[in-house]
Amino acid sequence: MGKSRTLNLGTGTFVLLGFAALFFLTTQTTSRGLPFMSPPHYDLTAKFDNVGDLKVGSPVSMSGVEIGRVTKIDFDESDFKAVVVLRINAKYSQIPTDSDASIYTQGLLGGKFIGLTAGGADTYLKDKDQIDFTQSAFVLENLIGQVLANFTKSKADAPAADAAPAPAPADSKAAGKPKAAEKTK
Amino acid sequence: MNALRELWQSLTDSLEKLGSVIQFLLRLTVNSPRALTRFDLISQQIFNCGALSLVIIMLSGLFVGMVLGLQGYDLLQRFGSEEALGEAAAIGLVKELGPVVTALLFAGRAGTALASELGLMRATDQISAMEMMAVDPIQRVVVPRFLGGVIAMPLLAAIFSVIGIYGAQLVGVQIMGVDAGSFWSQMRASVTLADVNEGIVKSLIFGVACSLIAVYQGYYATPTAEGVGRATTYTVVTSAVVILFLDYLITAAFL
Repeated sequence: MGKSRTLNLGTGTFVLLGFAALFFLTTQTTSRGLPFMSPPHYDLTAKFDNVGDLKVGSPVSMSGVEIGRVTKIDFDESDFKAVVVLRINAKYSQIPTDSDASIYTQGLLGGKFIGLTAGGADTYLKDKDQIDFTQSAFVLENLIGQVLANFTKSKADAPAADAAPAPAPADSKAAGKPKAAEKTK
Repeated sequence: MNALRELWQSLTDSLEKLGSVIQFLLRLTVNSPRALTRFDLISQQIFNCGALSLVIIMLSGLFVGMVLGLQGYDLLQRFGSEEALGEAAAIGLVKELGPVVTALLFAGRAGTALASELGLMRATDQISAMEMMAVDPIQRVVVPRFLGGVIAMPLLAAIFSVIGIYGAQLVGVQIMGVDAGSFWSQMRASVTLADVNEGIVKSLIFGVACSLIAVYQGYYATPTAEGVGRATTYTVVTSAVVILFLDYLITAAFL
């Protein structure tokens, strides 16, 4: 009897440990806690021209402090904009209605996040409200494309002033690049 | 001509082996529901396969995590993004290293024990004795061991991953000085539930494969001292190859 007791105790402890580990993995290492464990919150929406690689689960921060997460990204066909649903912790209930939302990048090549900048209004955003002032994601490829285009344009202008800024000579290696960048857009 | 015939022979032999393993798996599955009514037998096997493997799993998890922390830090700090260490270690552990290393250790620790136990039962005629007493050895001996292994494996893999993440945290945060906040927040931001699921599915499938190979090798061992030894060796070798092969297949299916 004594032996069977220690055996059952060992099995029980092991199974408990195993499930505790599974629970830890699903709730602590991922951004998704259990639904009944999520703190009180309210939802805001914001429309962006371009969300870049913003993902569901990306943080929403204000002055660098995380105050919520992106819970849904959808496309609105009526005005061709991306609709992002932000779930804000109910603790932060005093966000002015004229605040603006911008999409920033963590580090140079890090993931995207939404930064809110407080406005000056006396009224505060409530559940299901929309943030009207938004600024789209900064897409690195577009910027590189523009820089390259400018670069080749100035190069093409220098030797032959009569040539229009249009199609650069085919033998120029750099000229091919902005075209390729535009194609992938 | 002779070589060709030998090749053909070995090919048909291995196909035959595969067929008999699958047939054995079907037999175990058919017998599983009834074996579940004797849960004390399964619980004893969970203890044998799981609780007794706990120490080696936890120790290996700790060291694998610490190595990940060290290597990951060294690699990431070249790009100035050592904050991503938590993310790198967690994804590596949860999706790959946790299930695979646990399964390899499981094959070495529990699989060999299962195979040699069953092989010795076969060699000392205990299995024939059961048959003579009209006790189905599959039902009474093999299925509880198989199910015990299948249940223990995902739990062991989860424990391995958690200890590994703490090992990486120990080296990365405590020794190398990565910020603890960004270590955990970057991990949470990038590890998804799908990653965790992938790890669980992998460890479940590895559990089935490892336990099946072990009980098959043990049950059909040649009833001699040499035969039992060979069954144990084959258990480890086949398990290792099958685990890595299945790992590739499952990873490809999940991508």
